[in-house]
Amino acid sequence: MIEPGVPAPDFTLPDQDGNEVSLAALQGQRVVLVFYPADFSPLCTDQLNVYQEVLGELGERGVKMLGVSVDSAWAHKAFQDHLGVSIPLLADFHPKGQVAKAYGVWVDDYGVSARSLVMIGPDGTVEWSYRSSSPLEIPGANLIFDALDERQAA
Amino acid sequence: MPTSSSTPWTSAKPPEPGPDDHQRGEGPLVVEYADFECHHCALAHLRLRGLAVTRLFRHFPVNSKHPRARALAHAAEAAGLQGRFWEMHDSLFEDQAHLDDPHLWERAGTLSLDIDRFEADRRSEEVAERVERDFRSGIRAGVTSTPALFVEGRMYSGVPSEQLLSVLLSSPRPLTGKS
Repeated sequence: MIEPGVPAPDFTLPDQDGNEVSLAALQGQRVVLVFYPADFSPLCTDQLNVYQEVLGELGERGVKMLGVSVDSAWAHKAFQDHLGVSIPLLADFHPKGQVAKAYGVWVDDYGVSARSLVMIGPDGTVEWSYRSSSPLEIPGANLIFDALDERQAA
Repeated sequence: MPTSSSTPWTSAKPPEPGPDDHQRGEGPLVVEYADFECHHCALAHLRLRGLAVTRLFRHFPVNSKHPRARALAHAAEAAGLQGRFWEMHDSLFEDQAHLDDPHLWERAGTLSLDIDRFEADRRSEEVAERVERDFRSGIRAGVTSTPALFVEGRMYSGVPSEQLLSVLLSSPRPLTGKS
């Protein structure tokens, strides 16, 4: 898993509407990448629903949240509508898992990314990362706020 | 059967009970984060009902998942301002098929609430802030889905398992008085 202090690997991926989202274009903003295994799995649903509830507060604190999984943009669109969430969902679909691999969260046995969070600073450096100890563990939004408090209080 | 899992507490401090928390019963403390539109929360309620535990309830409405959740939390708080929080809590969990406004008025009538006051209170900022405060405390405590129960510093997500219930029932703490 990618560690704090290193430059975040750049990427360009389509979101749920087919728009290309590149990390480089978000420079100057703090970004939280939410890697998750799959659209429509019950735990992912809970995770994104809860994050959606704190999206406003994250936005006020200058954080852009992006979901990333190996599902296609079409699946992401349906998933986003199904959940009623507005968190952009990026399709790490082709070549499959390329971004997950660059961030060291690829799980080869299952062909998906591990449930992980990566916070990238406005200067494009990884500030904080967290990988769930098991796919069943959903990282609480408290982890993001704790990491943010540390940075914004400094 | 809904998933029932327990996860050891790792990431955050357990929520401290406060003076204005809704609490009832006697026995080991169970802090519940729940949402009145969540079926698993209703099941958790049924499993905990009648156990010799102190139940402390906090709102954790997940709007994007349950569009009525926040309105229902506000209704329960409004009933609470007339001293009937737990009655409304039980009423909502024990019939989740009728959760629209007319059903809330009906429930309020059954509980002999002052309806005008109930209507004003459930739309008040005070009540909204109260619910939001509960929600935020849940976020800070690492709640990621409902129901989430806190027992002795550990978070248990999902409908309480037989194992958790037996832990509660065999708690070494003295169980005093009423159930």
